[in-house]
Amino acid sequence: MSLHVDGLTVYYQSLRGDVKAVDGATFEIADGEIMGLAGESGCGKSTLGKSLIRLDPRMRYLGGHATLDGTELPIWNDRAMNPFRFEHVSIVPQYALSALNPTRHIGKMATELLASRGFDPSSHEKELRRRLELVGLPRDVLHRYPIELSGGMKQRVVLVLSSLLNPSLLIADEITSALDVSTQRAVGELLVEFRDREFVKSMIVITHDLSVLYQVADTILVMYAGRLAEKGPAEDVVHRPRHPYTRLLLSSLPEVGVRYEHKRLRGIPGRPPSLLDPPSGCRFRTRCPLATERCKECPLFAEVEPARSVACWKAAA
Amino acid sequence: MMAAGAVEAIAPAKPRPAPRSEFLYFALRNWKFVLGSSVVLAMLLLAVFGPLLTPHKPLSFSGPTQQPPSSDYWFGTTSFGQDVYAQFVYGLRSAFLVGALGGGIAFLVGAAVGFTAGYRGGWTDDLLNMLTNVVLVIPTLAILIIVAAYMNVHSYTTEAVLIGLTSWPWAARAVRAQTFSLKTRDFVDIARLSGRNTRQIVTTEIAPNMSSYLFMMFILLFGGAILIGASLDFLGLGPSTSVSLGLMMNSAFLSSALLLGIWWWFLPPGLGIVAIVGGLYVMNVGLDEIFNPKLREL
Amino acid sequence: MLTFDSCCKSYRVGAFGSSELLAVDGVSFEVGAGEVVALIGESGSGKSTIGKLILRLLRPTRGTIMFEGVDVATLSGRALRDYYGDVQAVFQDPFSSYNPIFKCDRVFTMLKSEYFSRLGSSEWSTKLERSLDAVSLNPGDVFGKYTHQLSGGQLQRLLIARALLLDIKLLVADEIISMLDASTRIDVLNLLAELKSRGLGILFITHDLSLGNYISDRTMILRRGRIVELGATARVFGNPLHPYTQALLASVPQLHTRWSELPRPRDEGRGRADGALVQVEDDHFVATVAA
Repeated sequence: MSLHVDGLTVYYQSLRGDVKAVDGATFEIADGEIMGLAGESGCGKSTLGKSLIRLDPRMRYLGGHATLDGTELPIWNDRAMNPFRFEHVSIVPQYALSALNPTRHIGKMATELLASRGFDPSSHEKELRRRLELVGLPRDVLHRYPIELSGGMKQRVVLVLSSLLNPSLLIADEITSALDVSTQRAVGELLVEFRDREFVKSMIVITHDLSVLYQVADTILVMYAGRLAEKGPAEDVVHRPRHPYTRLLLSSLPEVGVRYEHKRLRGIPGRPPSLLDPPSGCRFRTRCPLATERCKECPLFAEVEPARSVACWKAAA
Repeated sequence: MMAAGAVEAIAPAKPRPAPRSEFLYFALRNWKFVLGSSVVLAMLLLAVFGPLLTPHKPLSFSGPTQQPPSSDYWFGTTSFGQDVYAQFVYGLRSAFLVGALGGGIAFLVGAAVGFTAGYRGGWTDDLLNMLTNVVLVIPTLAILIIVAAYMNVHSYTTEAVLIGLTSWPWAARAVRAQTFSLKTRDFVDIARLSGRNTRQIVTTEIAPNMSSYLFMMFILLFGGAILIGASLDFLGLGPSTSVSLGLMMNSAFLSSALLLGIWWWFLPPGLGIVAIVGGLYVMNVGLDEIFNPKLREL
Repeated sequence: MLTFDSCCKSYRVGAFGSSELLAVDGVSFEVGAGEVVALIGESGSGKSTIGKLILRLLRPTRGTIMFEGVDVATLSGRALRDYYGDVQAVFQDPFSSYNPIFKCDRVFTMLKSEYFSRLGSSEWSTKLERSLDAVSLNPGDVFGKYTHQLSGGQLQRLLIARALLLDIKLLVADEIISMLDASTRIDVLNLLAELKSRGLGILFITHDLSLGNYISDRTMILRRGRIVELGATARVFGNPLHPYTQALLASVPQLHTRWSELPRPRDEGRGRADGALVQVEDDHFVATVAA
């Protein structure tokens, strides 16, 4: 068992009160598994991803555990997490290279990153060059500045850097969203290749785009309004969704080949609830066509069949 | 973490306070703003009402010379028998005059140049940018010394105008940069598609978005003008026949007040300038924290 | 209705405008009444520039844009105002389309002072309610609110309602749903399709092939400022002929086909210029690949 998360609850502080971004998340990721974490903007998927590596100052840990390869991650303690970061858990943030120092070239950044973690940069240089070549980057990329790289190249560089120490878990946060269609595929396929080559043991790929996850992920975890809705093999979640939210969401996505004049798609009525004051019980019940009295009680995220968990009274029955 | 409790206290009551009350909410809880504005306000009140409290005239040689502070002469007297308190409060008046007028002119010129350059772009921007840079690199104090020396400045109004006309460049640059980024926002295009012309767009769409910024800019220009005015007066380049804080320091210096230990002469004007300018700057730092949500302590 | 005729738009870039960047390079197309034309391109393809040229927010370096027989470049003052009574736009970022310090109603009141100044207040509110009704919004939910109090979908609907108030003939929709929540974006798209059936012409600018495919009658594929393929949507998607269109279609993530089942797109045509459009079948044009 690579990653085991149990009852993780992380709130976000805002001027208007606590945003209940992640509430009681419980799931497992096996060795070699690429788990897609899907959901609409503001559903807490990014908070969940970040909380496994670093809580930003506005995030507040309220409870729960995360165990990686049998060791508990001290996610509530910023300093105690340090030995884990980069070496065991690593992240590719959404705008990674744009946030980095534009006056440093890539090679210098890599050296600084390794040195800051107490590694000898020269001992990793050969591997770094090998991997940069593997992802199809030109040899001189180490001497270039971030501004000289295209979006796709930047994401590849960050992907290589963040997985250089073969972490057990890599979190990729919306790394394909800002890319053009054609680069999206290349970067998506790289994620799978990194897993196949065992550069990383398992991965959490966070995106709002279910169709990207269908391409790269083995399993998909769907979040809605700070709670887990459904987890299962990608094929099953996409083609046999069990949670009403997943079902409605999938039926609202236009796909190449679907045309308005032939098939009219429908969105989900209403809008996602504010996480400052989410509905009691099942958080989807205000928009759910199947909601009953029972949904005022919070459904457990329970295994309904092997490798398949759903948080819905209807699905469990 | 300090405000966590306070945040929760307002949160459940209403979803979000309206912008105005939100400003007050944060303003009254920001000690920098409260401290700075209280000091400046106290100085302003002293400038307005201070002269009414004393029978002495600032320039009449009426009293005993070199008296330390007493109940008759609150701040003592100078070597010439002038009342230091009267000089101080009248000096505050001229300081506020120079600040308001000089800062005001610099503000207007800076804003006009900044908005025009930022919004029009192209060669207009190139031209105005050149002008701004020229005025920026000329050492303001040096040009003021030359102008003041040749033109024989008679009143604080003239001095303030001179200060105003030379201290606008950084303001123009700041406004230009802000306008540059705001004009690319879609609401500017929507306004244009609603039939609005350029002037309307600048005054009713772009400027209101920078109001907090413009306000802070004015405060800094105000403080800057007072400081420059005081320096000029201290160097003896201001109007020599009237009263100002800089001039007080100038006469105190020329009369060797420091050596003779007449601390009540040179201390009040110095402290006055420090209080106003320092108060304005502290207030500005506070305002920055109030307006900028990222700097608000959470 | 709208004819975009061999338009170019170049920008001067670099120190002292030393080099020229061609954002739009000899593009020609038409949009008819009641027709949805999808303009599909990746970032930097010049698709938004084309929208801004139509809206006269930019002027073409070469070429002409005619709307109902009038050259758009010649418009000014009253004539330009009247043009905006016929042609309107909704942009990508709903939160940037509203001035954040004012209430959302302002986009309407601006129109009132320019276009409906003679209208009495009761007639005005009837008109407003009717246009809000057309986009399924409840006045009580949206009026008097600030941007941050409404959802992206509501804001985009409000902007569509704003355009409808003017009884427009052409709508430039620039990536209007890419920032909306997945569960509600399709409703805005359906709304556009309904408006089309009432005779509105729409230029639907997007990077998302599936959205363009869902809603449009005709499709243009844009690359580096040039159209590489143009024609009836069913033909362009059903029988893509240009290598670039084929590569795009092989890269779009889908829910029924995996990438591994599709050929990996070749790097074809990179760096090579696209030539003139040549007709290959009825209403289907493809750019020749220049030697």
